[in-house]
Amino acid sequence: MGAGRLYAAVAASGFRRYATYRVATAAGVFTNTVFGLILAYTYIALWDERPGLGGYDQAQAVTYVWIGQGLLSVVAVMGGGFEDEMIERIRTGDIAIDLYRPVDLQAWWLAADAGRAAFQLVGRGVLPMALGGLVFRLALPTDVGTWLAFLVAVLLGVLVSFALRYLVALSAFWFMDGAGVQQLAVLAAIFFSGLTLPLNAFPGALGELARALPWSALMQTPADVLLGERTGSGLLRTYAVQAAWAVALLAVGRLVQSAATRRVVVQGG
Amino acid sequence: MDSSQDTDHTDHTDRTDHTDPAPDPHRPDTDPHHPDTDFIRLDGVEKVFDVRKKTGFLRSERRQVRAVDSISFTVSRGEMVGYIGPNGAGKSTTIKMLTGILTPSGGRLRVAGIDPSRERTRLAQRIGVVFGQRTTLWWDLPLIDSYRLMHRMYRIPDTRYAENLDRCVELLQLGDLLDVPVRQLSLGQRMRGDIAAALLHDPEVLYLDEPTIGLDVVSKVRVREFLRDLNADRGTTVLLTTHDLSDIEQLCRRVMVIDHGRLMYDGPLTGLHEIGESERTLVVDLERELPPIDVESARVVKVEGPRQWLAFPAAQSAAPLVARIAAEYPLVDLSVREPDIEAVISRMYAEKATS
Repeated sequence: MGAGRLYAAVAASGFRRYATYRVATAAGVFTNTVFGLILAYTYIALWDERPGLGGYDQAQAVTYVWIGQGLLSVVAVMGGGFEDEMIERIRTGDIAIDLYRPVDLQAWWLAADAGRAAFQLVGRGVLPMALGGLVFRLALPTDVGTWLAFLVAVLLGVLVSFALRYLVALSAFWFMDGAGVQQLAVLAAIFFSGLTLPLNAFPGALGELARALPWSALMQTPADVLLGERTGSGLLRTYAVQAAWAVALLAVGRLVQSAATRRVVVQGG
Repeated sequence: MDSSQDTDHTDHTDRTDHTDPAPDPHRPDTDPHHPDTDFIRLDGVEKVFDVRKKTGFLRSERRQVRAVDSISFTVSRGEMVGYIGPNGAGKSTTIKMLTGILTPSGGRLRVAGIDPSRERTRLAQRIGVVFGQRTTLWWDLPLIDSYRLMHRMYRIPDTRYAENLDRCVELLQLGDLLDVPVRQLSLGQRMRGDIAAALLHDPEVLYLDEPTIGLDVVSKVRVREFLRDLNADRGTTVLLTTHDLSDIEQLCRRVMVIDHGRLMYDGPLTGLHEIGESERTLVVDLERELPPIDVESARVVKVEGPRQWLAFPAAQSAAPLVARIAAEYPLVDLSVREPDIEAVISRMYAEKATS
């Protein structure tokens, strides 16, 4: 498996790269913790008024906050993953060099982003959740099975997140400047991933829509799995929905990629 | 490989075979399906781009640009060819088609028997590409880390990787640079690093796009020497685009000139002078100031004290002219200056443009 070794090496270099940004990691942990505190107190007030909102009790709601803060950078809700670099390479034309290589562009960036996600799970995921656990009583599971099920959901969430951001990055082939599309994508992700409020709490048709969109796979779904809301066949159905989004969006990414690479070359260099 | 290939050269189809003899200066003129003489082959290759131009709010005009217009040529295995032309002439477009990232709009194109755009990844294993103005190296990683990624990317067997790396490190003097992050390398160092990166997988063809751009004289010489040795020792086929004509003069026996997407000239460098009706210059130092020298086959273009400059057709031998002058004038010293190719080419362009 020569290709496997290559992508493992790429993922490892992605991990190492993010590991060198120590100050950024510390700053990220601090920010996540502060936001977690603000959100947690807000949720406590909210769930005092509306007990059982979205099917969560108050402890679950607070736990949801800290799961969200832990996953925030892992599934790159606010961006900041491979796409910044890829957009820059498209803008400068360096992307042409990537096309000369005997590798698949999408797989290459996916490997790099997987390395980043793995680092951020350790570097920025664990600590905020532990700090949250010191301040609040969290409704975390005690059995290993649920934690493993959670990790699978996170993995699928990273895939969906990557596939979405890959489309965002590819848009730079047409707009020459990915900033606008990137901002829109971040806004959509913040709202529809459930970062601000659990999607379960969204009322009516908006709630239905939010829970059906791919962003729910980023944060809402893994959180629900860890909170024990998805078990048995429900868990499998959850995985299936996440995987379906991942496959569909990756496939769209490939289509757009082949259209984009036909374009790249016009821009000279 | 082409199924109708001649049978007496099939041994060269083995890609690990680097025992090919040095390139034959007289290109063998054999059958058209030969795998060695047709190593790169273009038949009437075209590339047309649709370019949209904004003419107003939400309105645009579609225009077709013929970047490459029916180009045909072949390059033999082990040749070193200069590919030159002004900016926007279609050089980069041709290279992109040869590497397979761009699909021709028409015509037929083969590199080592492979249709590049259909089997881009398979071809990538057999070609190396170096851009003077871009780098294939990873900016924030040490040089050696980029090479390790290349090792995996091109699936180079470990022993071959080690050998090639050692050779490149020695010849390109990269030993002290391997642990330095690429962003800290000078332009010349980075260029050498890039050339090494393109050669670790033993490519049979090397495309070089402006490999000496921005380099100082010492770095240029070093890069040229390396390329010459590479071509001589390993028989690597080299296609070189450049603005620096001394690159071509020192490296390539054959030169192709492209402009407006068309091949204007394909032949030896000397032939380019003839076509461009270029002139050589004879600089003569006489014993004293004299009126302009009067000989039929040359004309005086400049007089400065006892020194005179005479222009004569580049294709003509200098010997009879020198003999005449020596017989009739008090000659102290003389030298012959070759024409400036840049001037020759620009004259060629001007001629074609007016015709």
